Amino acid sequence: MTPELGQLALVLAFLLAVAQGVLPLIGAWRGNRALMAVARPAAAGQAVFVAMAFGILAWAFLRFDFSVQYVADNSNLALPWYYRIAAVWGAHEGSLLLWILILNLWTVALAALSHKLPEVFAARVLGVMGLVAIGFLAFIIFTSDPFGRLLPMPADGADLNPVLQDPGMTFHPPVLYMGYVGFSVAFAFSIAALLGGEVEQAWVRWARPWTNAAWGFLTLGIVAGSWWAYAELGWGGWWFWDPVENASFMPWLVGAALIHAQAITEKRGGLRAWTLLLSIFAFSLSLLGTFLVRSGVLTSVHAFASDPRRGVFILAFLAVVVGGSLLLYALRAPKVAGGKPFRVVSRETALLIGNLMLATAAAMVLLGTLFPLLGDALHLGRISVGPPYFGLLFPLLMLPVVLLLPFGPFLHWGNADGGVLKQVALRAGIAAAACAIVAAFFVHGQLKAVAGVAATVWVAVGVLLYALKRWRELPRGRRYPAEMAGMLLAHLGVAVFVTGVLLSESLSVTHDVRLAPGQSEAIAGYAYRFDGVHRVEGPNWRADQGVVTVLRDGRTVAVMHPQKRTYAREQVQTESAVDAGLFRDLYVALGEPMDANNVEGAWALRLYYKPFVRWIWGGGLLMMLGGFVCAGDRRFRIKRIAAESAAATGAIAPQESPA
Amino acid sequence: MKRLLPFLVFMGLVGLFGFGIWWNTWHDARYVPSPLIGKPAPDFALPKLDAPGQTVTKASLLGKPYLLNVFASWCVACAEEHPVLMADARQLGIPLVGYDYKDEPDDARRWLREHGSPYDLVIADQPGRTAIDFGVYGAPESFLIDAKGVIRYKHIGPLTPEVIAKELLPAIAAAKREAP
Amino acid sequence: MRLRLAMLAALLMFAGAAFATSGAIEPLPFKDHAQEVRFQNLTKQLRCMVCQNENLADSNADLARDLRLEVFQLMQQGKSDAEIKQYLVDRYSDFVLYDPPLKPGTLLLWFGPLAILLAGGAVVALAVRRRSRGNGASDNDKPAADRPGADEAADTGDDW
Repeated sequence: MTPELGQLALVLAFLLAVAQGVLPLIGAWRGNRALMAVARPAAAGQAVFVAMAFGILAWAFLRFDFSVQYVADNSNLALPWYYRIAAVWGAHEGSLLLWILILNLWTVALAALSHKLPEVFAARVLGVMGLVAIGFLAFIIFTSDPFGRLLPMPADGADLNPVLQDPGMTFHPPVLYMGYVGFSVAFAFSIAALLGGEVEQAWVRWARPWTNAAWGFLTLGIVAGSWWAYAELGWGGWWFWDPVENASFMPWLVGAALIHAQAITEKRGGLRAWTLLLSIFAFSLSLLGTFLVRSGVLTSVHAFASDPRRGVFILAFLAVVVGGSLLLYALRAPKVAGGKPFRVVSRETALLIGNLMLATAAAMVLLGTLFPLLGDALHLGRISVGPPYFGLLFPLLMLPVVLLLPFGPFLHWGNADGGVLKQVALRAGIAAAACAIVAAFFVHGQLKAVAGVAATVWVAVGVLLYALKRWRELPRGRRYPAEMAGMLLAHLGVAVFVTGVLLSESLSVTHDVRLAPGQSEAIAGYAYRFDGVHRVEGPNWRADQGVVTVLRDGRTVAVMHPQKRTYAREQVQTESAVDAGLFRDLYVALGEPMDANNVEGAWALRLYYKPFVRWIWGGGLLMMLGGFVCAGDRRFRIKRIAAESAAATGAIAPQESPA
Repeated sequence: MKRLLPFLVFMGLVGLFGFGIWWNTWHDARYVPSPLIGKPAPDFALPKLDAPGQTVTKASLLGKPYLLNVFASWCVACAEEHPVLMADARQLGIPLVGYDYKDEPDDARRWLREHGSPYDLVIADQPGRTAIDFGVYGAPESFLIDAKGVIRYKHIGPLTPEVIAKELLPAIAAAKREAP
Repeated sequence: MRLRLAMLAALLMFAGAAFATSGAIEPLPFKDHAQEVRFQNLTKQLRCMVCQNENLADSNADLARDLRLEVFQLMQQGKSDAEIKQYLVDRYSDFVLYDPPLKPGTLLLWFGPLAILLAGGAVVALAVRRRSRGNGASDNDKPAADRPGADEAADTGDDW
């Protein structure tokens, strides 16, 4: 298993990607079934070779093959096996390989599950996936070879970036990529629809479960990243509005808008052009994220080592893929608004407003992220845009969404019943106000916390009222179709998330202290007692480990062990200690010894008390679950294409303008 | 036309990113121009490195232009800049004042002994407090201060013969013209 | 080659500002807890000059530590948050502010989202008006469950 075989596998995969990307599209255009039939075997073969390349790289890590430059740079003899596996995607080249592998997983799944799609359409979809794969395989082969040799072979390697040596971080990139790349499916569907002239909207129904699943993965990836930043960095924060975080957040926002737009298009036939455009945007923003992280154009804590050559390559790829898609959109998108009409008070209007806010929020994040670059380009001076900017504008843009959420399911398509809405508003409003008043006593009038409680109750009551209504009115088994259950879960997730954010932001206590062994410091009713520091050894690090005992009313609540680790190349990394709880986290980070001689043994410590912080990720997980549950709806499984597409075409034919 | 809008906006973005790549190949992302250019240098009173009892103030250096060069013995890029200063300091035609930044005086003195000193005078700012007034953030940095005590030019990073010829010498000439 | 050297030099230039992700933990003698909270909030809005996009509160760089102490001392002297920000801007330029001040150059930043929202809002309003005018979004758009053939409708999922 020499690494050169890995290179060969990548080249073969590239050739198959060319076959998959070019031949079926020609076949679909010319009506040549033989060419269309190339798509599936080519996709399968490509996946096999990419998996082989990935396996060879992982194998090189497992058996310490430091003759491979990438392995030597990112691992060493002391690195435990699980981090050597994670090291495969620990830097640019390998993470790109992971990206391609995941693209192949989605393609294979698509190839396997698309047998019931019309042949021409399936060929186009798989062809577009192939075109995307061509770009990424060319990128890795020509600019980022993970199998390059390092001769003479060093006796030991360097190290995996210690920041990445954490369970959260091993898990975060694959899941995040599942989300990023998953949007390629919705993208391929809409490009295929545009290529085919989009005479029917059935493709939207086929695309929906893929979009929901991809969004679910992206949500999980972001949650994992945020949790990692919280637990690992020792800053106690969970979101920093760093360009790289924003790069994952933009497709998430657009994806959320897309999920709702697809619902309108599928069920009512309206908004077709917008749904197409959003599908393109969601994947384009995923590609943009890759560009931002790897080109070095923006300054970020998380960026990969940058190389202008790579930047140029991705930019060219981005220009071709996204520019080409948008041009295609301009030429082929449906010109006439279709779909069933609706009144001003209707679910369509509410979803449109939601879409507008989500899309504007994504645009705001894009503007804020790129503005420093724009400042350089237009000679406006060096500018920093950070949390205060996003933290002001984002909640403002999301306020209407939160206000609309409880009404969502109560709003009928086409024409909603105003009386029911008033009733919901009244009940949710009274509940929210009552809870806010009670909360105000507990939080000593902290406005942000009170607002958080009110918003949460407002949304949650709306969701629960609807669940209750279905329970009462319908027989068992018909109450909660998966699609609806998913929506309810995700909306409940929003409520939980809002609580987490606003309560933890406003009620957290952070305190830096100097403590000698035996001394304590009290915050938020907890006494943190410092019991000294001792040395501990890990597989590839040594650490000063503090012992902090937390007491409440004299009873021990937790014994915590914050560490300050030193890794192979003398990189220092804090390992915070977190005592997690449903209603509060206790969190301790170890600083430095207070003086050089350290007679007393006093250390600097940072103590946190973070109420409800776990609800942030809990809310995220509920949203993820909502996405997955929704994707599993039986209704989305393709039954008989011929009949369905005929019905769909029939339903909207009157508004159709042949492209 | 309306449908072409996303394409056009995107092409604008591509242009911006192209600019970003090009810009980053010859700019350090952390280079931030000083707001102090054209403004009076901050008042300072710092000890001489060689004679800690003697204090040098802004006022005591007024009267003719000088180049204030921020360096430190721990600063890797300063070692790179040092031979350039040794070779070209005389040709500047103005005094070169060394500003030893956040350094152990002993380390700095040893460093200058080993490498040789291009400076006419070295002042020491061990706590780094005055450096904040100068907006110093990454040694080496060089400030051209004119006869009236106004900062005329600042270079962040090591001076190179090219920078000296293209930027510093013309700035010195301009400063001299105005206040000989 | 020249380029390579220049980049290397740039890298080395900041070698003093050691890369470290360990949090910047230092107990300072605050007057009371309120002042500590104020300090935490303020240093989070200020950018570390030598880091890769980190704020003053979290950065472990030497200069960041000096500037934190400076901020602390200015606070003890009774300076307001705005005065402290101005103090740093005078020395390091607007780059230190994560909250870019409103001026002609940042109008697009601050009002761009509003412009997008208004433009998008106009498009949405027009679409809603056009779709709702005239012909009936009427009874046949009541929930499908109320209509005959609800079973069939259940399959398209718009009974709710």
